[in-house]
Formats: sequence, structure tokens, C-alpha cells
Amino acid sequence: MKEITNFLLAGVGGQGTLLASNVLAHIGVKAGFDVKKAEVHGMAQRGGSVSSHMRWGEKIYSPLIGRGEVDYLVVFEKLEALRYVSMLRPGGTAIVGNMRIPPLSVSSGDDVYPGDEEVRRIVGEVTDDFHFVPSMRLAEEAGNVRAHNIVVLGVLSNFFAERVPPETWLEVIAEWVPQKFLEVNRQAFRMGREISQ
Amino acid sequence: MTKEFLAGNKAVARGAYEAGVRVAAAYPGTPSTEILENLARYDAIYSEWSPNEKVALDVAIGAAYAGSRAMAVMKHVGLNVAADAFFYASMTGMEAGLVVVCADDPNMYSSQNEQDNRNYAKFARVPCLEPSDSQEAKDLVGVALDMSEQFDGPVMLRLTTRISHSDTLVELGKRTAEEPAEPTEYRIDRVKYVMVPGNARRRHPVIEERIRQVQAFAETFPYNKVEMGDTSLGIVTNGVAYQYAREVFPDASFLKLGMTYPLPEQMLRDFAAQVDRLVVIEELDPFIENEIKLMGIPVEGKNIFPLCGELDPTVVRQSAIEAGLLSESAAVEIKQPDTKGLPGRPPLLCPGCPHRGVFVMTNKFKLVVTGDIGCYTLGFLPPLSALHTCGCMGASIGVAHGVSKAGIAQKHVAVIGDSTFFHTGMPPLLNVAYNQSDTIVLILDNRTTAMTGHQQHPGTGTTLMGQPTYAVEFEELARAMGFQRVHTVDPYNLKEVEAALRDCLEAAGPAVIISRRECALLPEARKQWMALEVNEERCNGCGLCFQIGCPAIVKSDKLDPKTQRAIAWIDPMLCTGCEICAQVCARKAILFRDQVAD
Repeated sequence: MKEITNFLLAGVGGQGTLLASNVLAHIGVKAGFDVKKAEVHGMAQRGGSVSSHMRWGEKIYSPLIGRGEVDYLVVFEKLEALRYVSMLRPGGTAIVGNMRIPPLSVSSGDDVYPGDEEVRRIVGEVTDDFHFVPSMRLAEEAGNVRAHNIVVLGVLSNFFAERVPPETWLEVIAEWVPQKFLEVNRQAFRMGREISQ
Repeated sequence: MTKEFLAGNKAVARGAYEAGVRVAAAYPGTPSTEILENLARYDAIYSEWSPNEKVALDVAIGAAYAGSRAMAVMKHVGLNVAADAFFYASMTGMEAGLVVVCADDPNMYSSQNEQDNRNYAKFARVPCLEPSDSQEAKDLVGVALDMSEQFDGPVMLRLTTRISHSDTLVELGKRTAEEPAEPTEYRIDRVKYVMVPGNARRRHPVIEERIRQVQAFAETFPYNKVEMGDTSLGIVTNGVAYQYAREVFPDASFLKLGMTYPLPEQMLRDFAAQVDRLVVIEELDPFIENEIKLMGIPVEGKNIFPLCGELDPTVVRQSAIEAGLLSESAAVEIKQPDTKGLPGRPPLLCPGCPHRGVFVMTNKFKLVVTGDIGCYTLGFLPPLSALHTCGCMGASIGVAHGVSKAGIAQKHVAVIGDSTFFHTGMPPLLNVAYNQSDTIVLILDNRTTAMTGHQQHPGTGTTLMGQPTYAVEFEELARAMGFQRVHTVDPYNLKEVEAALRDCLEAAGPAVIISRRECALLPEARKQWMALEVNEERCNGCGLCFQIGCPAIVKSDKLDPKTQRAIAWIDPMLCTGCEICAQVCARKAILFRDQVAD
């Protein structure tokens, strides 16, 4: 692992992006890194674009990541992946859950939501290391579609197999999700982990 | 010692606890809101939501006059409201420490302007401390209070959005203060605390001398730190800008300022003498830069780095490359696919938002709407496009009165939210009654301070610390101010809103309409959620329902066979069942709640 690891998490307000970013931050802390996290969101209570910058390393200065310096772009909604893809280091890792949340301009017929091929093509301009995750289907199989964000974290966890064991991820997830959804989220994590192994 | 991972705001709350703050007051405002929300969890501290920042600061000043450490918290523009109090507090000093925390919002993520509040520090001769991470945010609260007591004046702790909302590791300490066994005697000092001209003239030289003493203190202030590296470039920086600068210039020499007013002149001169090129990297105004220039030291800053907006590593790096501070090889490779045509995701009024019903009706009457600060400001966006001014908290009513006195061809109204009304809406409402204009004021009472995340206010019947209290009634208040035409309507009932508006528009003179319906996101409201449905045979795709701007109503893939227009579909995941669309539909194609239930 290089000296500093930069994650950018993004999604739509209400999707669980900030929960996922809290989980990831505390995994970094547990693994012994200096960690900084910066949440970027505007005025919308619900339905707006949300992102969270996260950095792990021996010593971190800036809480924000520079454009082109994100190592792992972790996005929970397809359109948002395209909004942030230029933040990714060329050749970096993009992990995108396949949830689709059309903005109002799409529902009103004024704009067109990009198809999956378009998503692949645009992300492909920045990196070949693209993991398009069937997060909705896997979360449903795990027992609750809302666990889609944990499926995506499961995929991400494979990239840190040497430094952070899966038990650490599961421990931190248990600290952050409601008790009654714990088993669903554990299952979601395992499914994400297995699909990408 | 255990370390906790804390956002800057949470760290400030912890710092206040550890430093023995006993009274804290604030009005919610992004990015500062979470400070008091977190502070309210400490039983040892009295904390409150005051109606506005001016009141909050007066409260904190009173507590400090009474001998208790105190804190007032606000966003940057809150200090505009509290400026009067800020200035007299600087003049009088106090008996115990007072820290004024204000959070600036570079890039205006949730604000109407981008003012740099360090100017207020200089303006009022108040020292200004600036943390660069959560650890310093926590520690500087205590430092500010110690300084406040040492120099007998308030101290400003200036945060920015990026400090407030970034999480970093923090080493916690213990609360050091001991609670007094019994109340302390109020110390009377009429010359120091009564700012009549005769006393104020005596105090002015005192505070000028005080800031000179603080300047001397700044020379050895441990949070003003020199980190020598390569001496070809010396960077003076502060706050989060320090973090960006350290990242982009790993080899340069740094003077990091934890106190940005007043500046340590000798320290700056010594640092400047050791480096070939002196550059300031700071967000917003060239505040440090200008102070250094006043010392006669050659320095660069805003000729290289932007004044407007937020800095980040990319902005700092690119500006530095353009100015030749870094070579072209320092550039980071960026691949920017063409994503211009992609749909945006602008903020919106939520599905079920009670404000929507009001705007549908002000549009029906083609009213000019002077607006205010809150969720309802989003009514300015298409397709509603229903709100036509928004300047600052409480402006809507005064502006409407002015419009009325000037006289215009159209009819007009003011809209203001419940919390904003208590904040700065009451004096202008009084003015409408006192100076009698044809102003109709719509108070949009959604029973909470919604925009900042559902805080209590004087109309909700609960305090910040969860105590039940008196809930003000707008109707009584308006009548007491002299309004005889006062309506209360449910904005989910469009006919009711229409009738009240018609009554007020037809009659001359001042009027108040209270539009009362709780925010659809409050827990009690959520329990009532129920999705409506479209009768596909009746809908002919006329599009009237799309004009209310509800994210839950979308064009379906199905076309009406006659008109070939897309018929409406209601997303059951989003619809709350407010029925505004059903009332707007001319063909009765959207089923009401009881029809869906059948």
C-alpha cells in the first residue's frame, strides 16, 4: 500500500453515503492510520448530490483530495459516478453500485439518464479498473435493498485484504448499523466481498 | 490517551466542555449548527437556541458579566446580526472568559455571501484564533477563554466550513473547571459596564492598548509556529489553508498562524528575512497579506491565489504552477471526460413539502413574492419560480413594506418561515402594522427550523435541552402588533390558501396569513406518509401536475392514446400523500388518499 490512500465516496442524499463514509473512516482508525474525512454537501435535505473525501495514511494534512488524486472512487448511484469520475487518478479504482435515482429534470422529461453503456464508456476514459456492482440485487438477496451501500463496501474491502481483515470491517459495521438490520448488513458485506474475489 | 475521530464542530463543543464553559447560546446556521447540538449533551453546561445571534451573544455576554465562562456560536452572517453586541462586548470586557465562535462559509455551500469575519475581529479590536484541524478546534476554545480573561475582552474563534465539517483525530482531556458551591456575587462596576459616552471615551484607549498587548503576546503564542524547510519559499498561512499548502509544498518553509489578528510583527519580520520569497496562502480576503503589507514587508498572496471561493489542493497547486512557484512537472494528471450534458441534481423542495401549496397559490394569483432564508427559498427554482427576492434573514417583510410604499402594478406578498420570523421577522412585521401598508405576510409555519436539520424554536414548545416550554402563537402575536386581518390555513388545502389570499388581496391594509403544516420530514409527519396513485385512463398528460415541482411525480413511459403525451406516474418511494397534485389535476386523474385506500 502506498503512503496515503485517498477515497472519494459519493451518492444521493438519503442513500447512506455518509453512513458508509463513517464506517470507512473508523475502519481506517482501527487499522492504525491517521484519518481525515470531509463531507461536502449543499443545501438539500434529501435528494441532492453528497460526497465525502476520506484519506488514510501515516500523516495526513489536507482533508480534501486534489482532482486526479483519488485512488478509490466509491459511488452508490450511477449518475453520481460520472459527476465525480474526473477526481479519480487515471488508472485508479472505480467501484460503482448500480442504483439509479433519476433527478427531477429526468423525471420531467427534460434530461436523459445515461444508460449503463454510457456509464462504462465515460468511466473507461479515466480507468480500466472499473467494478460495476449489482448492489441492488445483492442487497435484496441479503434481505434489504437499503444495505446496497454495505455491498459496495464489501467489494472495496477486497482491496485491503492484507492490511485490514474482514473481521475489522464487520466489527465497525456492527457499530454503525441499527441492531435489527445487523444480520442483513453482514450478509450484504459478505456478498459484496465474494462477488469481487 | 484515547483519540476520538471528531468533526471540528463536535470538537469545539468538547473544547467548551473541557474548558469549563457554563453558558452557551446560538442560533442554528450552517456550518455552525452542530456545535450547540453537541454541547446540549453535556449536563454541566446550560445551552440554548436563542431567537437570533444578537440575542445569543447578549446572553453569553451576560453570563460572562456574571462571572461564568460563556460561548456564543453563529455562522458568519450571524455576526452581522450580532455585531452591535460584539462591539460593546469588546468595549466593556467581562468578568469571565467569553469566546465568540463564528463559522465562515467559503464557497457559500449554504449562505448568501462569502464574507471574511476576520475583518470583524480587527474592526472591533477582538483577537481572532483559527484552528487548522479538529484537535486545534478543541484546544483553541480553552486558549480563547484563557486569553479572554487575561486581556479582559472577547476572543473570536473563527472556523470555516471545511474545519467545521471535517473529521480528524482528537486527543480528549478532562473538564477542568469546578462548579461553584453557591452563586457568585454580581460585581458592580458602573464605569466599566455602562457604555454612556463619558465611560465609553475612557474605555476606547483601554481596548486599543489591549490589542497592543495581545500583539506582543502573539509573538510567543505557541499556535503561531515556524516550520523551516527550503528557504527559497516562505509561506504564511492559517486554518485549513495550511493543510492544503503543506500538501502542495512539502519542502517549503512555513509560518502557520493560529492567531490571525493581531499578527506577531517581529515573528513575521524574522521569517520574511529568512526566506527569498514570501507568500500568503489564505482563503477569502487578503487579510493577513494586507496586515503584512502595512508593516512594509514585501509579500504576495491574492495575485497568485483566488480571493473568491474555497481553496483546495487542486486550486493551490494550479495557482502556484501558473505563478511559477511550482514547476509544470508538479501538475497532477487529470482526465476529464466530457460530461457536460449530464443532468444536474439541484436542491429541491422535498415531496410533501408544505411550502409547495403556498407557492402554487401565489403563482395562481401571479403575485410578486419577497422571500427570506429557509427551505422555502428553493421556491425560486423552476418549475415553480415563485420567489423573487432573498437577501438575508428577516428581509422579506421590510422589503415587502418598501415595495408597497413605492407602489407597483402587481399584487405582492412576503413569505417567511417560522424560525426566521422569530429571528428577525418580528420588528418588520410590527413596522407593517405601525406604518400601515398593503403588505400581506405569509408566515410559513412548518413547526421547526427545517433547513438546518430540525432545531427547536420559540414556537415549538421545547428547548434545545429538551425542556417543555411556552409555544408562541403567531395569531395572538400578530393581533397584539395591530393586525386585524389574520388567517390561519393548511397549505395542503389549496382552496383554503386561495380563499385567505383572495380575502387579503381584495381588502386594503396589512394582513397576516399563517400557513401551518409541519415539515413532511418530521417523525410525526412521516407516520402519515402514504403514496397516491394516478388513474391512467383519466390522465391525458396535460402536465399541470408537473408544474408543482414535486420530485415524486414523473412522466411515465406510457403515452395518452389521443394526445400522445406522456402520462403522469407517482413514485411510491417518494410520495408522502400531501394531495397538492391531486387538487391541481383538472381531470381528477390523481387519486386522493381515501380513494387510494378504497
